[in-house]
Amino acid sequence: MKYVDEFRNRDKAGALVREIESLVAAIAPGRRQPIHLMEVCGGHTHSIFRYGIEGLLPEQIELVHGPGCPVCVLPMGRVDDCVSIAERPGVIFNTFGDAMRVPGSRGSLSQAKANGADVRMVYSPLDALALARKHPDREVVFFAIGFETTMPSTALTILQAESEGVTNFSVFCNHITIVPTIKAILDSPDLHIDGFLGPGHVSMVIGTAPYAFIARYYRRPMVVAGFEPLDVLQSIWMVLKQIRDGRADIENQYGRVAPEAGNGPALDAIARVYELRPFFEWRGLGSIDHSGVRLRDAYARFDAERRFAVPNVRIADPMSCQCGEVLKGAIKPWQCRVFGSACTPETPLGALMVSSEGACSAYYQYGGIRKGVQVA
Amino acid sequence: MNVAPFIRPRTPGRVHAPTVTLAHGGGGRAMKDLIDDVFVEAFDNAALAPLEDQARFDLAMLTARGDRLAFTTDSFVVDPLVFPGGDIGKLAVCGTVNDLAVGGAVPLYLSCAVIIEEGVAIDLLRRIARSMAHTAREAGVEIVTGDTKVVHKGACDKLFITTTGVGVIRKGLSLGAHTARAGDVVLVNGLLGDHGAAILGARGDMALETPIESDCAPLHGLAEALLKAAPGLRLMRDATRGGVATVLNEVAAASRVAIEIDEASTPIREEVKGFCEILGLDPLYLANEGKIVAVVPSDEREAALAAMRAHPLGAAACAIGRVSGGEAGRVTMQTVFGGRRIVDMLVGEQLPRIC
Repeated sequence: MKYVDEFRNRDKAGALVREIESLVAAIAPGRRQPIHLMEVCGGHTHSIFRYGIEGLLPEQIELVHGPGCPVCVLPMGRVDDCVSIAERPGVIFNTFGDAMRVPGSRGSLSQAKANGADVRMVYSPLDALALARKHPDREVVFFAIGFETTMPSTALTILQAESEGVTNFSVFCNHITIVPTIKAILDSPDLHIDGFLGPGHVSMVIGTAPYAFIARYYRRPMVVAGFEPLDVLQSIWMVLKQIRDGRADIENQYGRVAPEAGNGPALDAIARVYELRPFFEWRGLGSIDHSGVRLRDAYARFDAERRFAVPNVRIADPMSCQCGEVLKGAIKPWQCRVFGSACTPETPLGALMVSSEGACSAYYQYGGIRKGVQVA
Repeated sequence: MNVAPFIRPRTPGRVHAPTVTLAHGGGGRAMKDLIDDVFVEAFDNAALAPLEDQARFDLAMLTARGDRLAFTTDSFVVDPLVFPGGDIGKLAVCGTVNDLAVGGAVPLYLSCAVIIEEGVAIDLLRRIARSMAHTAREAGVEIVTGDTKVVHKGACDKLFITTTGVGVIRKGLSLGAHTARAGDVVLVNGLLGDHGAAILGARGDMALETPIESDCAPLHGLAEALLKAAPGLRLMRDATRGGVATVLNEVAAASRVAIEIDEASTPIREEVKGFCEILGLDPLYLANEGKIVAVVPSDEREAALAAMRAHPLGAAACAIGRVSGGEAGRVTMQTVFGGRRIVDMLVGEQLPRIC
């Protein structure tokens, strides 16, 4: 496949791995080890496991799988809200596939569907809008989820619904924003991250400027990274080079997709439709200030939260669940007390076990590390 | 064939309505008309003709072919009913024929039970029944008994078909998932994932236009060629739901061996690769309906490959991996990138990733 195979070239990977090894040999003496690098985005986590990248890296490097999987950080209470909307008579509830199996306190959307709710899997919010046009007698709700990557498509769909005068379409907005979350992670006392691979697709929308504080105030290097395996390796190499040189800069490895300035029309649509919430609840990380958005008052009629009184109850994460520690890199997935026993992809307790971008699910499926058994 | 003592003179019924109604499942004349006009007309054979409540076979004829009966059943609920490269009828015959063939059996007879939702067009049913008949002839099997039910709108999705198949296994042949040994080679007869991708594409909810066609085909001939060329053949499986990854996991578990596959040698069409890239799917888990996964001793590798490649359904046959003495039950893949990863059983269905 053109533009894909080039980024999976084995020889180039070998050359990069050798460069990474020599950088590590130069950096490692006199440093705390291992060197912790966090890939913020779930897409990176997926690539790392799918291509076996961890196995190629020297053992002094440890990858910490960050919070950038929107499905994984969705708290139980929000899933319960989804189920309660989906169960209303007359509602067609639309969701991306990943979110179907995320457990709430009263089960998942997939279970709600089995119990008779009209839950449908869509690939774009526009699919949901099309359903609303097709079924004017039904309430069509789109479960909006994701970081800045998916925010513009939801916003533009709402704008389109408005211009067409569609009245039976609304959005249950769970969009979240990555920057306050990276800040929360950096402020966390139990955290040791030496550098970041920045989220490529979020940066395609917001550009690289919003990350400046990471370098300036926290003195950590970040490289905005693409998602093919060579992208990931090259970004690791770039972060290590900064560490070797004693620099902390925001660099962009993914320039072919993510422009430094972001995407103007997408940012305009975001600014027009959403406003920051005072705080938003994250699974495993708790409440983070200004980390979520909701629809502005001007679009209140498209806001499912205002259209249907949702329970909006905060449900604590299961006691045994250590998703938060995994998300912050304090423990590895298999060190969680329920990994592979009470919590498996078949019966996930925590959301990290649900999505293929979740670190626990990725370890379980691709890493093959079942509790107590480690396989290279 | 010595199956029917006499054939009652009958006037075949005809359906005049454009769609199936509950009356067609009522047991009366309308049902007889539907069965005659659509199914008997298409399946036409001596065992079916008397329309008894059961098909009858001559035991001596069966025992002349082998010493064990193979017996299997499968239900088909595919949506859409007609897709690029096939339809539910072709699929219902191939699926059961293949389940028999990969066990080393010569497929002989099928049953066909249909559950029809009221409102289905008679012409569509005719088309599907003819497709079944055509595929059955191609596979050398006869559809000898059947059942027809019509249910209320909404009680099923248009049309469900269940086929049950009987075949005979010749003396001395014993294939099984538990027989793979370290050193054996894993072969497939061609490009993987076409059926799964074709069906997902045909559903139309991805708004992706693909030229991918289902690989749906009866594999009895290929299986026979393989058996002849590689007498040491350990096992064959048809890699349907769950794809090649699932079959390999089953074999690794049953044989208590490890299996290592090589991503670079795994044959996947560029279009299927692209389709999977866009949707975040893994082609190793996509369904096939015309693909055999075979495990052979390494010294029979070339003979087996040559036999498959000489068959029209095996032109792109290749070796994708080997059986090793590693951790029992474990399937791993050497990635094109040089890393190694686990290929586990799929949990639930494959869900597209959102970003």
